[in-house]
Amino acid sequence: MKKLFILLFSFLTITASAEAPVEGGEFKPGDMITHHIADDYNWHFADGVTLYLPVILIDNGTPKVFSSSNFYDENHELVPYEGYMVSHGHIYRADANGQPAADQSSLIDISITKNVASLFLSVALLFAVFFTIAGSYKKNNGKAPRGIQSFFEPIIIFIRDEIAKANIGPKYERYMPYLLTVFFFIWFNNLLGLMPGGANLTGNIAVTLVLATLTLLITVFSGNKNYWKHIFATPGVPVWLAPIMIPVELIGIITKPFSLMVRLFANITAGHIIILSLFSLIFIFQSIAVGPLSVAFATFMNFLELFVALLQAYIFTLLSAMYFGGAVEEHHGDEHH
Amino acid sequence: MELVTPGIGLIFWQTVTFIIVLFLLSKFAWKPIMNALHERETSIENALSAAEKAKLEMQGLKAENEKLLAEARMERDKILKEASDAGNALVETARQKANEEGSRMIAQARESIENEKRAAITEVKNMAAALSVDIAERILRKELSNPQAQQELAKDYINEVTLN
Repeated sequence: MKKLFILLFSFLTITASAEAPVEGGEFKPGDMITHHIADDYNWHFADGVTLYLPVILIDNGTPKVFSSSNFYDENHELVPYEGYMVSHGHIYRADANGQPAADQSSLIDISITKNVASLFLSVALLFAVFFTIAGSYKKNNGKAPRGIQSFFEPIIIFIRDEIAKANIGPKYERYMPYLLTVFFFIWFNNLLGLMPGGANLTGNIAVTLVLATLTLLITVFSGNKNYWKHIFATPGVPVWLAPIMIPVELIGIITKPFSLMVRLFANITAGHIIILSLFSLIFIFQSIAVGPLSVAFATFMNFLELFVALLQAYIFTLLSAMYFGGAVEEHHGDEHH
Repeated sequence: MELVTPGIGLIFWQTVTFIIVLFLLSKFAWKPIMNALHERETSIENALSAAEKAKLEMQGLKAENEKLLAEARMERDKILKEASDAGNALVETARQKANEEGSRMIAQARESIENEKRAAITEVKNMAAALSVDIAERILRKELSNPQAQQELAKDYINEVTLN
């Protein structure tokens, strides 16, 4: 186990150091960190170990698929390809001078980026783990759980009893698939993000946006009469306040999932930034003496991040369950307001 | 700003992938897992409630057994008491009968002894009378064998008569 961690951190330092020469001599920690937490068209594991991912463009409705390796020359410098070019992590139409052209309309970029590849990897992992577990349940029907099944069973039961049942109430069952999927999706991706060379998927606002939007849609579509009554005619509030109350409540519908989106994105990205910053210290001070201190702090941060990975998955799931619970809650009478 | 600008490509892939994952996991993982968990919990609950029921039943049986036992004991005691009562009564009757019989027999014996005694006395009396007559006759015969004696006797009689 210890060896594994040493290996893990040595990889992290290797990737960090590997970035330095690309910037051309002077080490810029800001650029290195941004590069690490941002998306990319290739998956850079270590120096010389790069996986070039497919670029998929829809240009005026015409799909174009080619490898992202076409954007790099033999010196690993960016070059335009077939009228397209990469600039600051985005694909643009290039003009004759190799600069982004003025007209960028109708260019949709749905490339398999590093994050998308990581997403597919996490999905493969989710399928492998949970189909195996589902198989174990069929095989060990009615018996005590075994192996990987006994590791995940308490978590599944926790989500069901402590998150879903406690916050949604008797109608919890139909929300279980979403809650379980979202919990394990976030947790697995948080952990994958902590792996050396891992992508920062759950720290990407696009991913958290989609997850939060799904929570919003499920909340809104499962809202019962009571839920809408609370928004448009809040009990116990005078009618003349309605012009203020209704917009406030409507904004509230959006702010809840918005907070979900920002919370997950910020927590995971911040964790990555802190760890990368600690490693950058070594290169900023150009001193090997800073190394042990940096590694010690980064190790501590990594353990904290392992906890945060679980915590953020839990919080996202818990808050989603609470919003669903609020949407399906039956009227209890006015004494609660 | 770059960090907080969601990319259209990732939104697209995340939406498509997540919905597929949600669908496939719901159908092939969560459904069987939740069902199996539910089934197991139900079966455990049933087993527990069955055990509880069995325990209650056992208690009921035990109570019933005890009741039966107590009843049997009571019955036994009753039978024993009855038997002993009947025995006592029988002994008592027998004793009374024996006593009566005894007294009757004693009375009878006494009566027959009395009768025998009376008969014996009578016989003795008769025998004594006969003997005395016989003796008297013999004495008289011997005494009166000479005339002098006969005269003396006659004289005695006359003397006696005179004395009276």
